[in-house]
Amino acid sequence: MFQHDRLNNEITLFQKIKNLDYILLISVILLSVLSVLVMYSTDGGEILFHTKNHFVKLAVFFPLMILVAFFNIKFWHNFSYIIYFIVILLLIYVSFFGIKSSGSQRWMDLYLFVLQPSELMKIAIIMCLAKYFHRIKIENVNSFTSITIVLSIIIIPIIFVISQPDLGTSILIALSGLIILWLGGMKIKYFIYSFITFLISLPFIISFLKPYQKLRILTFLDPDRDPLGAGYQIIQSKIAIGSGGLNGKGFLKGTQSYLDFLPEKHTDFIFTLFSEEFGFIGSVGLLILYSIIIFRIVRIGTISRSNFARLFCFGYAFAIFIYIVVNLSMVLGLLPIVGSPLPIMSYGGSSMLATMIGFGIVLSAKINHKQMIA
Amino acid sequence: MIKSNSGIRKTDVINRRMFIIGAAKVVVFVGIVARLFSLQINENKKYLTLSDKNRIREWKLPPTRGNIVDYFGNVIAGNLKVYQLHIIPEQVENFNYLLVRLKNLLNLSDKRIARINKLKAELKPWDSIIVSENLSWSQFVKINNYLYDLVGVKPVMTISRNYPFNDVYTHVLGYVSQPNEQEILENETIQERFVPGMKIGKLGLEKRLENHLIGTNAIQRYEVNAYGKRINQLEHQKGKQGSKIRLTVDTEIQKACGELLNKNAGSISVMDIYTGDIIAMYSSPSYNPNLFLFGISQDEWQLIRNNPLKPLINKTLSGLYSPGSTIKPIVALSALENKVIDTKFKVKCTGKMELYGQTFHCWKEKGHGWVSLKNAMKQSCDTYFYEVARLLGVDRLNLTAEKFGLGKKVLGDYFDTEKKGLFPNTKWKKNNLGKGWVLGETLITGIGQGYTQTTPLQLCMMTAQIANGGYAIKPKIIVDSNPISYEDAKQSMESGLLFDTDSQELLDKKLFKNKKNIKIVQEAMFASTNERFGTSYKSRIDDPKYQFAGKTGTAQVKRISKRERELDLELEQIPYKDRDHALYVAYGPYVDPRYALSIIVEHGGSGSKAAAPIAKKLFKLIIDRHNLRNKQSNFERITI
Repeated sequence: MFQHDRLNNEITLFQKIKNLDYILLISVILLSVLSVLVMYSTDGGEILFHTKNHFVKLAVFFPLMILVAFFNIKFWHNFSYIIYFIVILLLIYVSFFGIKSSGSQRWMDLYLFVLQPSELMKIAIIMCLAKYFHRIKIENVNSFTSITIVLSIIIIPIIFVISQPDLGTSILIALSGLIILWLGGMKIKYFIYSFITFLISLPFIISFLKPYQKLRILTFLDPDRDPLGAGYQIIQSKIAIGSGGLNGKGFLKGTQSYLDFLPEKHTDFIFTLFSEEFGFIGSVGLLILYSIIIFRIVRIGTISRSNFARLFCFGYAFAIFIYIVVNLSMVLGLLPIVGSPLPIMSYGGSSMLATMIGFGIVLSAKINHKQMIA
Repeated sequence: MIKSNSGIRKTDVINRRMFIIGAAKVVVFVGIVARLFSLQINENKKYLTLSDKNRIREWKLPPTRGNIVDYFGNVIAGNLKVYQLHIIPEQVENFNYLLVRLKNLLNLSDKRIARINKLKAELKPWDSIIVSENLSWSQFVKINNYLYDLVGVKPVMTISRNYPFNDVYTHVLGYVSQPNEQEILENETIQERFVPGMKIGKLGLEKRLENHLIGTNAIQRYEVNAYGKRINQLEHQKGKQGSKIRLTVDTEIQKACGELLNKNAGSISVMDIYTGDIIAMYSSPSYNPNLFLFGISQDEWQLIRNNPLKPLINKTLSGLYSPGSTIKPIVALSALENKVIDTKFKVKCTGKMELYGQTFHCWKEKGHGWVSLKNAMKQSCDTYFYEVARLLGVDRLNLTAEKFGLGKKVLGDYFDTEKKGLFPNTKWKKNNLGKGWVLGETLITGIGQGYTQTTPLQLCMMTAQIANGGYAIKPKIIVDSNPISYEDAKQSMESGLLFDTDSQELLDKKLFKNKKNIKIVQEAMFASTNERFGTSYKSRIDDPKYQFAGKTGTAQVKRISKRERELDLELEQIPYKDRDHALYVAYGPYVDPRYALSIIVEHGGSGSKAAAPIAKKLFKLIIDRHNLRNKQSNFERITI
């Protein structure tokens, strides 16, 4: 124990830099470069608003990630609950004073940029639950008290996010939380029971959905029922991806995006543009890049001594995976349209901030992977 | 130790469960790659097509109509460059200012301005509005001078139909104009090639030959964005001009017909007696088809529509007239063929004929005395023909008349306005009027009055078939794919057989039983024009090169009362509507004939005074142009 503490205290800045995970770092840099190029393409091959802003955000958040990495993982462990509560407070603030845009109230104006606290909650919930399961005895995991506590940790932010309304983000938060419960050792039968309960109550849940959300589900089931209205996005997205072919139409040559057939091409549908221009090969390449990132995060989790770091890394890896799967399934027409960005690639500051902080904590876990947390 | 154990156990659980998750992740990613593969590789073609359908929009441009030329290759329906003015609203800075400027420059009406504003509201901002379809050159220059001040205005040069001879061919060609919805739906070719601003044949040959004349669209492909705005021009596919159609008509003769009729109501037809080529077909008065190209003004339209001389009717094909005495050659021929009379047969004309208490008058009150066929034809003695008709009977007369083309359409389905006319018989009356035939009706049928109704073109064809020695011809106005020269046609006819271009067979088209009878009628017609006391003697030409034979006709339009007969009014004293129609049929030159014609001057008075003099002037021109026409043997092969 003493030895470890000593070791820890002796980590110098140089060693920190040396201990960074360079495979992860290079992958993130590659992804960032790619995202700027794609953003440049959405601007029609010019450096306009989106390209500039996206680049500036990367330029700010990438160093922030390194900064986060240089804090000891113990520090993040200690502040996990506090961070969770701060984000809850932000969510409460937003639900009263947030900026409204196209029917939902999710944002707060931070003068320099507009923050979406629900994006931060995606990270905060993993941190909070990782700490909880780190501290709890394995025997008590399935006790009534702990189940009540962890379910509350998940449900409280979701109530705020779902009332914004933002179904997509709440689903992602819920999934990120549930994965920690799973990893933390919650009984499998609970998952099976709640899944069955979910299926049974599905019609009931659907009746609570907003009309536009119901429409999205209907559109998903049959996009051609209203090809110029509700089905337009998904039809045009499939056309763009499908027409990309093996090699794609070439950088800056995606006709679907260039001629404005793609909706939301900067944000949720960024993969569509990428896939149209770079084809099947490019798309699989991007998936491989994401896979490397996920694998590295899992790997860092595996070598971490503390269960907090381990849980966080596994949870975060799964969260990244889920973001990608939900986003791609949506643009490929495998899931109904729910607003969910593609990590790093999509335009959007809060999502990028959260993702970068997540990477930062993972890197901190790598630097301090020998760190034990009591 | 326990704590440490617990920690290790927890790590194990986490790792084990992570492994399950990891496996699930791989499965899901493989699923996504499979989906990508199915969209991008398997269904790539389908989506590429959809993507092109999204981005490429084709603009069809109006096709260029084929030219119609006369026998000598002169364009009688062509195409002309016209200057148009378009506004592209998107580029206009101040729309109202622009409209005020244009209104002053082009003298646009308030109605037109309102229409432009309406169009602006309806169309996309990048779609051009046509302000003026046909700018005069001076207007075009003016606009170009002020172009710096007219932002968003585009002078455009385009192609439009043009009829260089104005009213000369109106009833033959018809005209083109904007189609209505029904016309588009009725014709598949138009439906397929229609673009706004395109014009289609509304009447005459322009309508009948629409599918040949229409041509194919030029196609302009543009890349468009999601809002339909053109971004790039991709390619231009040239259209094919419609087929060129060559007619049998001679513009010089057609023009002369118009001049000779001098805006009186009437019609002239000229036909090649061997080939059946229609050389002229003029209905008077005519109107200018160019007026319809860009939408005729209400005032001009009313002027044409309300003209009492009915310019809208193609009198040559749709005008129905009693043939009057022009029927007499057929009556004579029928009687000769049926051996009812011979050349020695004589009738005493006392100026009238009594039958069952009814009096039938000859035009000459004092009577002609004893007349033979030749004299009766020459002086057009009605009494003689009453008697011949009585002996012949209407049914036998009807057979001959129908054989020579009366009561049938001459040009088949080429003109949907063509009328069949009527030559009565007893059966017809029984079936249609439900009454029995009365002998008196036979008498007046014998002088071309009563139920008989003929079109000028039927009379022309009838005359042509007498002139060519009694052989059936098939009149035509389009030089078709198997044209037959005048000499060939004549030769095959004289051999008694006729080459039918449709069936490619030699057919017996003899209309007579005894060739001598045709000769007798021809001689009688010659006498009528070239011997003293002949009804058209004053209009004769002695030069054998131009000498022609003919028969006058004067068709009553109402029954002449006893009082009127006693008054014997001059033409000017009779109200226009009650005046007789003047008719004349003729063929020439008498030796070796080539052409037949029919002339009708509505309410022109007597045939000898109003119609025959026209023939005299016309024959000179027709025969003078014969050699030219013969030389024009470089038949162009056009498939119709």
